[in-house]
Amino acid sequence: MDTPIRVLVAKPGLDGLDRGAKVVAAALRDAGMEVIYGGLHQTPEAIAEMAIQEDVDAVGLSVLSGAHMHLFPRVVNLLTKAGAGHMLVTGGGIISAEDMTELTKLGVGRLFGPGATLKELVEYIRAEVGRRRAAARSV
Amino acid sequence: MTVAAGADLLGRVRAGEALACARLMSLAERGDSRFVAEYARFHQELGRARRYGITGPPGAGKSTLVEGLALHWRALQRSVGVVAVDPTSPFSGGALLGDRVRMSRLALDPGVFIRSMATRGVFGGLARASDDVVDVLDIYGSDTILIETVGVGQSEVDIARSADLTVVVLHPGGGDTIQAMKAGLMEVADIYLVNKADMPGLDRLVEQLTDILDLRDMPMAERPPILTAVASTGEGVPALADELDRMHAARQASGALARRRADNLEKRVRRLVEGRLRHDIWEALGLAETLSQRIAQIGPHSAWSLADEILDSYRRRRPPETHA
Amino acid sequence: MSRTETSRDSAHDQWQGAFDKAGVRDASFETVSSAPVAPLLTAADVAATDPVADIGLPGQFPYTRGPYPSMYRTKLWTMRQFAGFGNAHDTNERYKFLLGKGQDGLSVAFDLPTLMGYDSDHPRCEGEVGRCGVAIASLKDMEALFDGIKLSDVTTSMTINSSAAIVWAMYLVTAQKQGCRLDQLGGTTQNDILKEYIAQKEYIFPPQPSMRLVVDTMEFGAKHVPRWHPISVSGYHIREAGSTAVQELAFTLADGFAYVEAAIERGLLVDDFAPRLSFFFNSHVDFFEEIAKFRAARRIYARRMRDRYGAKNPRSMQLRFHTQTAGCSLTAQQPLNNIVRTTWEALAGVLGGTQSLHTNSMDETLALPTETAVKVALRTQQLIGYESGVANTIDPLAGSYFVEDATNRMEQGALDIFARIDELGGVIPALEKGWFQREIGKAAYKFQREMEAGRQIIVGVNKFVDTEDEQPMDLLRISMETEHQQVRELAELRRTRSAGKAEAALERIRADARSSVNLMPAFMQAADAYATLGEMVDVLRAEFGTYREPAVF
Repeated sequence: MDTPIRVLVAKPGLDGLDRGAKVVAAALRDAGMEVIYGGLHQTPEAIAEMAIQEDVDAVGLSVLSGAHMHLFPRVVNLLTKAGAGHMLVTGGGIISAEDMTELTKLGVGRLFGPGATLKELVEYIRAEVGRRRAAARSV
Repeated sequence: MTVAAGADLLGRVRAGEALACARLMSLAERGDSRFVAEYARFHQELGRARRYGITGPPGAGKSTLVEGLALHWRALQRSVGVVAVDPTSPFSGGALLGDRVRMSRLALDPGVFIRSMATRGVFGGLARASDDVVDVLDIYGSDTILIETVGVGQSEVDIARSADLTVVVLHPGGGDTIQAMKAGLMEVADIYLVNKADMPGLDRLVEQLTDILDLRDMPMAERPPILTAVASTGEGVPALADELDRMHAARQASGALARRRADNLEKRVRRLVEGRLRHDIWEALGLAETLSQRIAQIGPHSAWSLADEILDSYRRRRPPETHA
Repeated sequence: MSRTETSRDSAHDQWQGAFDKAGVRDASFETVSSAPVAPLLTAADVAATDPVADIGLPGQFPYTRGPYPSMYRTKLWTMRQFAGFGNAHDTNERYKFLLGKGQDGLSVAFDLPTLMGYDSDHPRCEGEVGRCGVAIASLKDMEALFDGIKLSDVTTSMTINSSAAIVWAMYLVTAQKQGCRLDQLGGTTQNDILKEYIAQKEYIFPPQPSMRLVVDTMEFGAKHVPRWHPISVSGYHIREAGSTAVQELAFTLADGFAYVEAAIERGLLVDDFAPRLSFFFNSHVDFFEEIAKFRAARRIYARRMRDRYGAKNPRSMQLRFHTQTAGCSLTAQQPLNNIVRTTWEALAGVLGGTQSLHTNSMDETLALPTETAVKVALRTQQLIGYESGVANTIDPLAGSYFVEDATNRMEQGALDIFARIDELGGVIPALEKGWFQREIGKAAYKFQREMEAGRQIIVGVNKFVDTEDEQPMDLLRISMETEHQQVRELAELRRTRSAGKAEAALERIRADARSSVNLMPAFMQAADAYATLGEMVDVLRAEFGTYREPAVF
């Protein structure tokens, strides 16, 4: 049996609305994942540090403030610079489809906006982490 | 990213690279054979770090206390490692690890490394790999390592097996304190810390603790001290830190620490052996599957004779042990 | 038993029989808060409801039917659309647009840096300036925000909490510089810090010093700005965080009573400050549940204010509230549906007797609203007010078996929650234990699971889903230029102001914070000296400390 998927769920920036982050954390736990809850008002630097120390498979960020074009790439860059570029950076919030496409080009995984279901998110993380783990093993 | 590729992982851990430390911990958690190989290379250097267990019922403020202790030692230029263990849900197999979020003042300090672990099906406060993860922090260079677990019975005994000293954290108004006390807490505490000492009920709780200690009929010199603190303000935290270090030094000098560590090692080996046996019987030999099928075939049956059957299968499919 | 009762009972039995035989469609028959709804209510269900003591008349205790005797016959509710984005100049233009379209009052949305007490050029604010609201870092920004708008001629609602006292000080000084007197100014500061700990999480300082700041504003307002509402005790955010309707009602009123108690402890007399308290509720999708909530709120409040806090002035017992339609009920899928949702949510607010109303725009799930969208939202209110006829009579649903029964249930549910909060030691102890947060989190998770299981229907999302791609709407975009400009202007401000005056003013804040003196005069002096918001808040951070939440699940 594969080891449980470890996910860091956190909120970068100044936005404090954590309904989504908490609901996602509970859902991931109920789906058998180990969720490290990183909390609110975190800087991208703190998030990268947490992800690295916890050696997570995925980082889930929730941003509802509109600052996502700044915050998501920052986390991706910090992780890549530290040698943790294999970690999936995903998340959601108030992000337009256009911005999601832009962010994908910058190394962010699939993002989940308003109306996305927990089921979709869980399945995506399982599949994508599984894919990345398999790729790592085959090297 | 693979571990085998490229630079020497252990070398990078010794050099203080956080990512390498985290990866080695993950190998330990997975029970990966690569970890066992690395372990053979580094176990001789173990023992430098002071290992303190912090346990107690939920709501006692353990994470805040751990944060306070870490800040105290950091101010003294000592590096700190924290392993925070939370229970895996028996229903989903998942876990919500919410201890490090309560230690946010330790963020972005290169002298602090925090790792959250889920128990992963092991009953009790510790995870199977907690000892291994703590060992990695030792090699990584942590001067002091704090192991935080939720204490609800069995776990207090578990954590004492891994730590040099164990602090049992209680708080006034925690109704389950008495239950926790009955469950085995008394045997493992090296120090009692009554946190949230500004809340009503402090005196009564200290009295209850003292009464229970009285019943154990220990000489006063050997009694675990009862300290108080208000971790959220920092009050009482330096005193706890000092007492831990003082006790540690004293036991080191007297040889008691070496005896405790030898005892812990023995218990750990037994756990490893038993763990491997469990794996060999149920998984490697597939006897869990066999058992299910048997029961499905024959219906209600004697548990004793079924157990004999299993053990018999196990013995027969293993070659006889040869003695060196 | 009388003959009427016998025949009534047998008629009911007949109906029950027929009902049980009839088919049942596939639905949960629960409100969005998961409260079960009975198929039929009759006079028997409200037999114990006293038409005088419980329902009464508008403008009479317990004000179930409304705080004023004439309600919308005298004046419709205030149409007050929340707005703010970019820099002060951008928002100033939007205000002039809205006032030109017939809006009655102004409502200011601030950006996250302002809400959290940071200047636009603080490193933590990178990427955040002007995105969720207008960036106000100093008096200069406040002056630009209201350029050409005489503050004694309008009422302004400011949605600001942990930094409210300071931002209010900037507003007051701006008004004075325009030549207005403080006693001419009307408006509201949201200034409800308790709900920040519970739901919105825009806190800065710990609870005790935060409560001190709130009471400072209540005291200052009572003395110097008598037309101002210093607090808008809010349930909106609690509901948006995922609470049920009765939780929204109870948690909000409990917060309100906590402020009342804090003010009384300061030595203020209840009738001196209570007439200026106001509330702010959500209007969510379940039409009747919301109307019952609003009516129950008034009744509970009146009774407590009189019976527990000894209010004598009727105005101290009248709960007045602003309503906003539920943001969390809007969908990104099929956004035109949001216009319809907003319409009936607004209607519920009106039938519930709200004093002012904000209607959300259809595109707000994805961005701040465009001019087109916000115009439709404003027109929604105007259509309800001028065409639907519902405002022609007061509290038209009174006496409805269903609505009165629902109102009774809401009240009872809230009283049960008050008892629980008391058991926990009161609002602040309960929030420090994380109780509210845990209850809200549980309700939010439950709702999400029910929605995904199809038990709560959301049109366009889990039913009547369109598989064709939607036409992307034009969304409002805030560029980084706003942020760059703010940074430049702040540097300019710091260079050109009198450093000595600003320093001295900040020192006064420090001294006053340490003593128990009301801080408002010190804030006004600092605003006038062009000290920035961040500089003032930093002084307070050093004195009061910063809050970390208990992080519960």
